[in-house]
Amino acid sequence: MTSIMIDTGNYIAAKAAVMAKPDVVAAYPITPQTTLVEGIAKYLATGEFKGEYICVESEHSAMAACIGASASGVRTFTGTSSHGLLLMHEMLHWAALARLPVIMCNINRVVGPGWNIWADENDSISQRDTGWIQFYCSSNQEIFDTVLQSFKLGEHQDVSLPVMISYNAFILSHTSMPVYVPNQKDVDDFIPKRKPKWELDVNNPITFGNIILPHEYEKVRKEMQKAQENAKKLIPQISEEWKKKFGRYHGDLLELYKCNNVDYILLSMGAIGSESKVAIDNLQKNGYKVGLARVRTFRPFPKEEVLKLGKKADLIAIDRNISIGSEGALFSELKASLYQKSDAKVHGFIAGLGGKDVTFGDIEKMCKKVIDGKAKDMEWFGLEGV
Amino acid sequence: MAIKDLPREECYLPGSAACPGCPATMAMRIVFKAIGKKMIMVVPACCTAVIESLHPKTSFDIPTMNIAFEAAAAGASGVEAGLRMQGKTDITVVAWAGDGGTYDIGIQALSGALERNTNFIYICYNNQIYSNTGIQRSGATPYAAWTTTTVSGKTEFRKEMGEIIQAHHIPYAAQTCIAYPEDLYNKVKKAKSIKGPKYIEIMAPCPPGWRFGMERTVEMGTLAVETGAWALYEYENDKMTFNGKSKLILEGKIERKPVEEWIKYQGRFRHLFIPKKDVKKIKDIETHIDQMWERYRTCYL
Repeated sequence: MTSIMIDTGNYIAAKAAVMAKPDVVAAYPITPQTTLVEGIAKYLATGEFKGEYICVESEHSAMAACIGASASGVRTFTGTSSHGLLLMHEMLHWAALARLPVIMCNINRVVGPGWNIWADENDSISQRDTGWIQFYCSSNQEIFDTVLQSFKLGEHQDVSLPVMISYNAFILSHTSMPVYVPNQKDVDDFIPKRKPKWELDVNNPITFGNIILPHEYEKVRKEMQKAQENAKKLIPQISEEWKKKFGRYHGDLLELYKCNNVDYILLSMGAIGSESKVAIDNLQKNGYKVGLARVRTFRPFPKEEVLKLGKKADLIAIDRNISIGSEGALFSELKASLYQKSDAKVHGFIAGLGGKDVTFGDIEKMCKKVIDGKAKDMEWFGLEGV
Repeated sequence: MAIKDLPREECYLPGSAACPGCPATMAMRIVFKAIGKKMIMVVPACCTAVIESLHPKTSFDIPTMNIAFEAAAAGASGVEAGLRMQGKTDITVVAWAGDGGTYDIGIQALSGALERNTNFIYICYNNQIYSNTGIQRSGATPYAAWTTTTVSGKTEFRKEMGEIIQAHHIPYAAQTCIAYPEDLYNKVKKAKSIKGPKYIEIMAPCPPGWRFGMERTVEMGTLAVETGAWALYEYENDKMTFNGKSKLILEGKIERKPVEEWIKYQGRFRHLFIPKKDVKKIKDIETHIDQMWERYRTCYL
């Protein structure tokens, strides 16, 4: 029996995580992730969560403990945000290189100084090269579904990589929405028992992670790249299977929204992605031929799908992040995907940094400026007269 | 337990990449014998990460996971929890770290794991330097010792890690030394039998790091204890028991040897003897050791 749970993104994520039955959760509280770990603690108290909850003394240790547990062969989950994610950085690389499918929610929050707890995606964008699969969610339902899908994806033999499920601070983490929750048995059927790629086993003693020479190390990196490519194929399959089983679908690597017969396609991520749908509705109502492709996975990046879009329309990117000294990360990815294969124009906007609100009205303004031919290649929305 | 009665089985395999006279390997061999094959080891960045030898080979017949420098205790916490969730409660989880990974960069994760009552043994092999990176000072480096980052000799005294550990009031902690394999064996064996967090620190004189001949490792360990620069003790349920010569020194039954007897063989203290004997600095070292024993006597006699 499916039930409906009305709760915040964090509690929804906790519910999903517990339904995946992780054996070990190791986490450290940080605003705005706190209610996620409190949710896990509550399920531990009620007995719904039967695993071990290690209340570590830092995020670095949270990830290290998840790595240790995952290497012992069990299923692991954690959650963090912003500075917590940055403190984990070394161990994010470690988990991915060790091919350990730790599943983690990251609540996208501003990086200080100054202290600011609102939505901004620079925390996870600056982890894009760690080897983790990265999802960006746009609703609580998508958070719930993606957390469960991530266990299946990350633990799949062809992937065996950690997965980060990111969602915006407060806009989703602390906002209640109704979410369909399937029954436990269906979830159990959906996620197979974890079969580790390797594990610490006294009956088969191996030394993991000792000194490795360049030509061997390079192969490890190539295998990781292959695993991300495999994930690219598996994400649509898993999304499709979820849709068949539970009737809900949020797209695969991209979610296409009203992209038929358009001259422009807007690409955005996270909460701006859902706000963009309202903007597209309004724009199309007013005769603007612009659709939306919401980016669900930043790693693996959907190069091929973006190229398909770039063959029929010009692209507009909104980035709630910036690689200082260059440009928005999504903007760069779009151009790289099209390079020498499409002559579509690409425009980039930096918007909503520091948690600044980005409304559908703002998104409409950005799109109109591009369509009216007035936009520069890259602009700071709200700071350059848009 | 006499040396001849130690288990014959070797989990420390021949062909490792250790330096000749390496104290870490001497200690590890005994630790493996004391715990046996039902053991999983977590190793942060330290000499052991080299000693293991190159991928895909290994010199350990024990499942071993390398982890980041500051993460040994946290990684071991995860391994322990994972094993427990699988019902594999007969496996001993050991974090095996150097003094850099213990006294300095790893102290936070260690303190956290002890406070959380993690059921594991944390072993620090203390060679009083960052040896793997080529002899830099650590929080365990003694006063006046040369390292590549204390070129004229360290100007500070080492930390008392033992006292920091005791402040966690864990069920078992011990200090031992590679020169006393039976003592090491017995302490590890005892730690294995106790539930909860255990901490064992092994004095491990390092020939290239301390600048002495590789044939002198054991002698440097013996002298560390006989001069009182290092104490052998056990800490159990908030009670301290000194062992071997350290017990006799504590009780005043023997005089500890002058520290000069120990440091004169070590090139890292050479500047205290050549070109001219630095009487004051040697006295400072002596006084510091006296103060340590005075503290031990006040608290534990």
